[in-house]
Amino acid sequence: MRLECTVNDEARSLDGVWEGESLLYVLRERLGLPGSKNACEQGECGSCSVYVDGILACSCLVSAGQVHGARVITVEGLAEGDELHPIQRAFVEAGAVQCGFCTPGFVMVTHDLLAREASPTEPEIREALAGNLCRCTGYQKIVDAVQLAAKMLEEE
Amino acid sequence: MRGTTADLDTAVRELARPVSYPVGTSPDRPDGPPKTKGEFAYSSDLWAQDMLWGRALRSPHPYARIRSLDIAAALAQPGVHAVLTHEDVPGRKTYGLLIPDQPVLAHDVVRFQGEPVALVAADHPETARRALDLIKVDYEPLEPVTDPEVSIAGTAPPLHPEGNIVAQLHIRHGDVAAASERADVTVTGTYELGMQDQAFLGPESGLALPSQDGGVELFIATQWLHADREQMAASLGLSPEKVRLTSAGIGGAFGGREDLSIQIHACLLALHTGRPIKMSYGREESFFGHVHRHPGRLEYEHGATRDGILTHVKARVVLDGGAYASTSREVIVVAATTAAGPYAVDHAEIDAYSTYTNNPPCGAMRGFGAVQSCFGYESQMDKLAAALDMDPVELRRRNVLPTGGKTPTGQVVDVPVPVRELLDQLEAMPLPPAENPDEERMRPGGVANTTHGEGVRRGVGYAVGFKNIGFSSGADDYSTARVRLSVSRGELTAEVHTAGLEVGQGLVVVQAQIARTELGVDHVLVLPADTQIGNAGSSSASRQSWLTGGAVQTTCAAVAAEVLERTAQRLGVNTDRCRLDAGQIVTAAGDFVASMVDIVADEPIELIREYHARKTTPLDANGQGDPHWAFAFAAHRAVVDVDVELGLVRVIELAVAQDVGKALNPKALEGQIEGGSAQGLGLALMEEIQVEDGCVRNPSFTDYLVPTILDVPPMRLAILELPTPHGPYGLNGAGEPPTISSTPAVVAAVRAATGMPLPRVPVRPTDIVEASLLT
Ligand code: FES
Ligand code: FES
Repeated sequence: MRLECTVNDEARSLDGVWEGESLLYVLRERLGLPGSKNACEQGECGSCSVYVDGILACSCLVSAGQVHGARVITVEGLAEGDELHPIQRAFVEAGAVQCGFCTPGFVMVTHDLLAREASPTEPEIREALAGNLCRCTGYQKIVDAVQLAAKMLEEE
Repeated sequence: MRGTTADLDTAVRELARPVSYPVGTSPDRPDGPPKTKGEFAYSSDLWAQDMLWGRALRSPHPYARIRSLDIAAALAQPGVHAVLTHEDVPGRKTYGLLIPDQPVLAHDVVRFQGEPVALVAADHPETARRALDLIKVDYEPLEPVTDPEVSIAGTAPPLHPEGNIVAQLHIRHGDVAAASERADVTVTGTYELGMQDQAFLGPESGLALPSQDGGVELFIATQWLHADREQMAASLGLSPEKVRLTSAGIGGAFGGREDLSIQIHACLLALHTGRPIKMSYGREESFFGHVHRHPGRLEYEHGATRDGILTHVKARVVLDGGAYASTSREVIVVAATTAAGPYAVDHAEIDAYSTYTNNPPCGAMRGFGAVQSCFGYESQMDKLAAALDMDPVELRRRNVLPTGGKTPTGQVVDVPVPVRELLDQLEAMPLPPAENPDEERMRPGGVANTTHGEGVRRGVGYAVGFKNIGFSSGADDYSTARVRLSVSRGELTAEVHTAGLEVGQGLVVVQAQIARTELGVDHVLVLPADTQIGNAGSSSASRQSWLTGGAVQTTCAAVAAEVLERTAQRLGVNTDRCRLDAGQIVTAAGDFVASMVDIVADEPIELIREYHARKTTPLDANGQGDPHWAFAFAAHRAVVDVDVELGLVRVIELAVAQDVGKALNPKALEGQIEGGSAQGLGLALMEEIQVEDGCVRNPSFTDYLVPTILDVPPMRLAILELPTPHGPYGLNGAGEPPTISSTPAVVAAVRAATGMPLPRVPVRPTDIVEASLLT
């Protein structure tokens, strides 16, 4: 199958994609964008989160064919050049990154949350991030990171 | 040319620049930015030209004889490049971290559901998966052994030549019969723990590349490169030099990567096809592809005088190791030697067994036997306190093992035992406010709005835990570091090279902080861990900051000594009392002697040193000996709300007090304590691999519940820094203690809220509801 879509503002076209492939597989294995992570491939952990036409989705649950003609933004598309996006900076500074396998997913879901709600309360943060698993941090520093990111974005 | 005024000028200017981020500070991790950007190369992110995908066929049966194996149809499939069976294993047909009892690929029998039987390499993962379906295996299912008591009784046919007991220990300490006469109160209890999964998020994965010399190179997520290499070389029939391992990015470990997963399989396929091989498990396969925490059953008797002084402890501990040995022999040593808790117990009888069955293999997981024992002895301490009508915290205080006291193995504990201090810290913390009626999100059941608060009861529980650090029972526990001090592009640079693996805990940043501290150098590069350098031991047992940290410190100290000696020789000055500081050699008073750049520029200094832990001894026939070289302690207080009608539990707050000796990196340390505590909460309330007749019923994150951000409450931390006498910088191991006491504290709180005995974890909603219907 032939697949055409925009990924991180770049038009991409691929031949020979097998219909059963997930968007996650296409990103990681065909487009060289392994930032979206493959922790469960069952829609349970959020580590593969990307925007598809502006809507946050688990790319492991989206089939390749569904994104034909769509606009996809991955974690690799958030930062501009070498500069970290403020959300990424906040995760580093807050100590919210240990093994980091969950981090791209949390960065994406935080991006989505703060776009909707610039200064969320702690219960709102927890609710918004409830679809993402982290096994290392116990989440405390992830909550800190989201609060710090909100502050950083506000100050910009 | 040295010591001129111009040099001095530069020197004085440089002296004003302090060395950034020594030990005791919290610099950002160097791997943080690439991890947030998705640029960090984890073991599942690797790719090579002409790469093929490897996959394993696994047994659907927990116990079966293999009558025949037919690979012809799979091999004939377009896109399939290899199908391998046990016949294709050129070297030793079995492997194992300590006891090589596990087949690389099953031959005559399979002993657990998920045991690898054959391998496929194909050009697309889906092609590989379909090829697996075409392999015909004729199994003759056998009656599985699933009850560890049957294994101990010896009534089932042996699964291994040595029988169905991996290890047993019988600790005899003091005179239990006489001591129990003195007990005014005796309580007994039987406690059970389900099988917990490490559930690291990065799947088992890696990339194997055949090399020119007939060897193989593997980029892998593991916990112990050198132990992997030894097992791989034996089974691949290669000399160890021809098996080269480099750490790829590791997405968590928690013990689950201490045993091999894809290592030998990927290399077999790479050597067979001459092509790079990528293997990466999906989540379901991951549940079958690594060992889990041992499920356990612990029977206890505790006696005490009326004023709450323990007279004796009797314990029988059974941990099921499943189909293969993994680390069961060592886990049971930890479970048995910690079975009386961090308490003064002069009379103890502890019998402990780890068994072989046809259940999933179990081995290392954070806490390593101490999690199981702690749930037992802390449940008992609460029960004893209730029988004595005494405050449970007070009972613990009265029985703390004193420094210089003996454990039941007769080992003298010559380090601080800060149990009282930890409990004081916890009790001094304010309790969270009573339920806020406006915030239903905080009620049991959360946003599902299952209660309006009618059946909700609050409970508070405490627990203390401890564990040995590092490898026990006479093992030479050590790590190796190479440090190179040079001037590169005009900048003084220290390179640190060890095989110590960064699994998320922050070893990479701690190593750099140590080098900065010891060498007074700002610019430190921590090289990727690989097998080009000597053994570092495993990233497990809370041992890396101590041992690899100690190796880096020792090596840096030797490099520093060399800098001083060279300075003395070249400048003809006495440097005996000099030190390195911010790029300078300075006197004890801080006066400038020379610039390190000048001393090192023309000839870098490079040294390799090892750091060894104190010696230990194995236990004798009576379970006596000095098996451990260090101990670490933590305590928790949990506050829960329980909906007794629906059986739902909400942990409102978890408070942790831990003595870490010295916090090398406070932020990273807090992360260890918070993450470890969350894993203990998971075991208390939700995490269990459900095994029925040897088969796993819930191998997915849909059915195996890992705590989410809604399940883990805010945590209060009290970090004590009581210097450990023989630890580098006074540090102690810190990774495991927070996982150990978390589980019993949460359960104690649920018991306090419900008044139910709850002898088994995880506590399921039905346990609470059924018990409440009975009362
Ligand atoms: S990998 Fe997509 S949700 Fe887990
Ligand atoms: S940092 Fe390891 S899973 Fe979140």
